[in-house]
Amino acid sequence: MATTPTSTPAPKTNHIGLTVIEYKGGKTTLCAGCGHNAISERIIDAMYEMGVEPHRVAKMSGIGCSSKTPAYFLGKSHSFNSVHGRMPSITTGAMLGNRTLLALGISGDGDTASIGIGQFVHLMRRNLPMIYIIEDNGVYGLTKGQFSATADLGSVLKTGVINDLPPIDTCAMAIQLGATFVGRSFSGDKKQLLAMLKAAIAHNGTVMLDIISPCTTFNDHEGSTKSYKFTKDHEEPLHDVSFVPHFEEIDVEYEAGETINVKMHDGSKLRLHKLEEDYNPVDKLQALGRLAKAHQDGEILTGVFYVNTTAPTFMELLNMVDEPLATLPESKTRPPREVLDKCMEALR
Amino acid sequence: MATTDIAVHDIGSGREGQRVVNDWSLQVATVNGSGSQSANTVILRTIFQMGVPVSGKNLFPSNIAGLPTWYTIRANKQGYIARKKEIDFLVAMNPETAVEDVKSLAAGAAVLYDEPLNLRSVRDDVTFYSVSFDKLVATVCPDAKLRKLVKNMIYPGVLAHLLGLDMAEMEKAIRRQFGKKQKAADLNVNAAKAGYDYAVANLEKRDPFWVERMDENRGKIIIDGNAAAALGSMFAGVTVVTWYPITPSSSLVESLIDYMKKYRIGPDGKATFAIVQAEDELAAVGMVLGAGWAGARSMTATAGPGISLMAEFTGLGYYVEVPGVIWDIQRVGPSTGLPTRTSQGDVMFTALLSHGDTKHILLFPSKPEECFSMAGEAFDLAEQFQTPVFVMSDLDLGMNNWMAHAFEYPTKPLNRGKVLSKEDLDRLGGFSRYKDVDGDGIGYRTLPGTDHPAAAWFARGSGHNEKSQYSERPDDYVNNLDRLRKKILTAREFVPKPEIVADNTSKIGVIAYGTSHWAMTESRDQLQQEYDVAVDYLRLRAFPFTKEVFDFIARHDRIYVVDQNRDGQMRDLLKLVIDPAHVTKLRSVRHYNGLPIDARSITDEIISQEGK
Repeated sequence: MATTPTSTPAPKTNHIGLTVIEYKGGKTTLCAGCGHNAISERIIDAMYEMGVEPHRVAKMSGIGCSSKTPAYFLGKSHSFNSVHGRMPSITTGAMLGNRTLLALGISGDGDTASIGIGQFVHLMRRNLPMIYIIEDNGVYGLTKGQFSATADLGSVLKTGVINDLPPIDTCAMAIQLGATFVGRSFSGDKKQLLAMLKAAIAHNGTVMLDIISPCTTFNDHEGSTKSYKFTKDHEEPLHDVSFVPHFEEIDVEYEAGETINVKMHDGSKLRLHKLEEDYNPVDKLQALGRLAKAHQDGEILTGVFYVNTTAPTFMELLNMVDEPLATLPESKTRPPREVLDKCMEALR
Repeated sequence: MATTDIAVHDIGSGREGQRVVNDWSLQVATVNGSGSQSANTVILRTIFQMGVPVSGKNLFPSNIAGLPTWYTIRANKQGYIARKKEIDFLVAMNPETAVEDVKSLAAGAAVLYDEPLNLRSVRDDVTFYSVSFDKLVATVCPDAKLRKLVKNMIYPGVLAHLLGLDMAEMEKAIRRQFGKKQKAADLNVNAAKAGYDYAVANLEKRDPFWVERMDENRGKIIIDGNAAAALGSMFAGVTVVTWYPITPSSSLVESLIDYMKKYRIGPDGKATFAIVQAEDELAAVGMVLGAGWAGARSMTATAGPGISLMAEFTGLGYYVEVPGVIWDIQRVGPSTGLPTRTSQGDVMFTALLSHGDTKHILLFPSKPEECFSMAGEAFDLAEQFQTPVFVMSDLDLGMNNWMAHAFEYPTKPLNRGKVLSKEDLDRLGGFSRYKDVDGDGIGYRTLPGTDHPAAAWFARGSGHNEKSQYSERPDDYVNNLDRLRKKILTAREFVPKPEIVADNTSKIGVIAYGTSHWAMTESRDQLQQEYDVAVDYLRLRAFPFTKEVFDFIARHDRIYVVDQNRDGQMRDLLKLVIDPAHVTKLRSVRHYNGLPIDARSITDEIISQEGK
């Protein structure tokens, strides 16, 4: 059939030849205006722009509103919506079984900082290659708005209940425990979030991103410290975040001293254009100090707080073969008869 | 061990002058952490090497050092290797328990004791031998610091003289025990020889107990069930192992680590496995399921408290249909219970583990050979049925040394179950994860990472339809649950069949499982020989129960179910599924004091319930 000269232009594709449609998922069932939906959109954008093959991605989650979202993006990727607070162990197992996967874990503040804090802590220690996202709104949505452990002191529920316990700062914990790419962003900050997600995809090790994601139904009112308004008013970016993937050669020069260039595992570049004169994201102590100061000053500090591209990952520590353990042939996993004979001889 | 209830049927006075050959039990009472384990293993091995059937049971406290511990060795020419209730020969090294230990012996028994304990006055109807172990050790071990460790190798030498153990075999056993540590081996051989020489010169044999060479152990090995399970897992192609240390399961994974490091590192120096010590049992089983979902052969080992913690995840594995193997080396519960004592107390809980309607495949090994073979069967079943499979061992089997036939190399290829590849998907165009295509209740799955646009499915612990889509529809839920039931029913055709040890000799049947087998075998002979009561015997090897079990129950008037737990859990599990008309046939024989079950306890209970 002859093509007509007036046909519509071919849809835009990424560098592996896929359209953005290939990265979409099912229709969201979350509330209108929920921050989580914006995060799902950014995940789609980041995966598309980075040219990730969808079949390589393993979408992992626990229980809660946030944990439902893997159904709403990357419909061609395998997914495991597991049990409350225990996504880290399921993900660890999956990566042990197949280290070639790109694990993307979606959790919430309750799923991580309350019921899941134990597994979260140990996941961070292992530097397992994965992206761990907390969609953080400070409340339990599915059970209708109780406080979680990231709710700020003095934050008020719609019912008038005031939170009188200090919040857990998941970023500070992650940095202290061993995660190698830690940052905080805001579902409403499109540009920063997208750049951080793309850098997360390029990182080899545990990425922990705490993304403030307001709950329009239960925690978006006056008195809440996780509302859209409060977050916009108090967001304090550490730097302007930009990202140049390895397959793009465009390079913009920045004035020396004003931008920190971080070379990622795959050759991509994370660029942090300084807004605060002295901040150096490879300095753990400084990161922890700055976060503590932010709490003291009532700021919602965002940006990449800490990055370490040289620490060994869990896979490296385990000295595993490069191919997935799951599909190793029997010839590699069942030692020959002589080995059993030898073992038996030693026991006679 | 202080055993109080001495049976009247066995030894007593009147044995003086006669020889009791290869039919006695020896108990060594020491202090935990004093190095006596090596000495006891040497005695066990010496008897084994002399071709005499032997078993060893360690009755130890939950403690690193300082509390009393007992080790029982039974030599038996007929091959009875269950714990024997009555002790014939006591080695008393522990001041704290010595008097009670001596008092609990039957008349006619013999005692070797550490001289300062001065036990001779305790009673006059047992034979006493005393040795000053401190004095003797000083002569063979000039280094005072090492004496404490070497002192306990003297009593094997003394016993060699008294019981007729071959010193050449003992030296071989000691050298084997210390492996490449030449100096330690020499020191210990000298200690044993000193004990032997002293005994030859100073102790006149006055008790009737002897070992004489036999030829019953040709081709056999000595191994504990946990090491056997480790070997079985390695030869079953395990790739992901996760664990949280808990007695009595830790040595399973520790053995596995040793074996895998030796035999599963490729020529490039890279491991074809991952072994991860998790932060708790929740994480351990979570990792098992994550790895199983990714397609790996994954396992963990635990005990009762760990099983409790794994309840939630086990339900997820059952409902999402993810393979994984969980070894439960059962110990005494509830709660912390007696962490170093044996039990079959997790049977009922594990069979139905997790909330909602759940049912799991359980395997019951009774010997090291089965720890080895069931490791492979468990993986095959887990992958075939896409579900967690539990292997229900116990402390007695897992941690004690057992004689076993050398394991047979597995010849059946691994059964990896219904996994669709990229090529399959090209051919089929797509698939529905939970659709019962073959009528066996088992769906087809794909593994994450499969490079095909139709490969992905959404694993979820929430309600789902055939396509693994979220669904709260009543019909979807019911269809799914019914298919899961069908799947477990299908498993009946594939789980290990019971061993029918004896049939058609009696209207009385016995059902036992796991380590009760050895006491049951001996009890059948006691019932026959002492009471002229014949009993048929079926040894259960798996849940869900197979047709043979139902038929066996139907064929008999009375069925005694032997359980090492208080409530008769296997009896109750049978009650749930057998024809209601047969329920009243079931009777229960229970043993739950933390010690391995013995034949006499079974015999007495059956005779009592038979009204004889």
